[in-house]
Amino acid sequence: MPLNGPAKSYGALLIRGLLAGLIAGLLAGVFAYTVGEPKVDAAIAIEEANAHATGDDGHHADELVSRDGQKGGLFLATALYGAAMGGLLATAYTVLRRRLRTPSDTRAALGLAGAALLGIVLVPYLKYPPNPPAVGNPDTIDQRTISYLAIVVIGLVAVWAAVVAARTQHDQWRQALAATAGFLVVVTVGYVLLPTIDEVPGTFPADLLWNFRIASLGTQAVMWSALGLAFAALATRPVREQTRETVTV
Amino acid sequence: MPKAQTITTPVVSPRLLWTALAVVALMLLITYLVAFDQGAVSRSGMYLHELMHDGRHLLGVPCH
Repeated sequence: MPLNGPAKSYGALLIRGLLAGLIAGLLAGVFAYTVGEPKVDAAIAIEEANAHATGDDGHHADELVSRDGQKGGLFLATALYGAAMGGLLATAYTVLRRRLRTPSDTRAALGLAGAALLGIVLVPYLKYPPNPPAVGNPDTIDQRTISYLAIVVIGLVAVWAAVVAARTQHDQWRQALAATAGFLVVVTVGYVLLPTIDEVPGTFPADLLWNFRIASLGTQAVMWSALGLAFAALATRPVREQTRETVTV
Repeated sequence: MPKAQTITTPVVSPRLLWTALAVVALMLLITYLVAFDQGAVSRSGMYLHELMHDGRHLLGVPCH
């Protein structure tokens, strides 16, 4: 048997993707809880102070979930999100593996996770940076959500454009330049076309906003690094004969 | 569908394609419930939204 055995079935890869995503989601949850929650608490304190000042106390009087409940729900959110991203990563890996021009399965898995981090986290992050509670006008949530989804699609298109552009060249340096150019053209067009959104109140503390945004970026960085590494490790491990039957679709 | 796909099997089979599409739809539904639902799809009012509120903010999606 060769080192990695035959290529794994979609079912086998999917289970590994979901598991890797669950692990990544829980790790991201630990980071978010430790680094991010103090910032969320501070922002909510400002939100409540503002509500009291304007005499609008009704918002938090009938809260559905307590703050402690929300801090527990944080782990549910990151774990579910991680598992879903793991399932998508495993699917992308299954469908695209042959088209990725590397003999290394590990590189293919890490490359896809890196592409996802770039396309669906970093590109959206710079156009629509995440905001803590107390920032954002509830009346514009639909428009902000649509713009956010649009920039996620543009981020993925930009990564795809980078790969297509790189493949037009043979020399390694020219490949890197072409990839960068292809990526930047798509991202620039997206950034220019999509509306600018700035709903941060002038009174909101700048250092708190900065720290929250770093915590949010860190959460996604932990998520995708852990997902890529865990999936690469699980997906490239040889399957033993007796276990292969149980994980085939 | 052959049990173990080897490196020589050609392209993606129709069955694999439909399975993959169904999985992608399910994963996107989970992502939607975690990151974008405002109670319309989950039928839980705003309960799920509020429960995963902190996760939304820290994962960086628009929340409210």
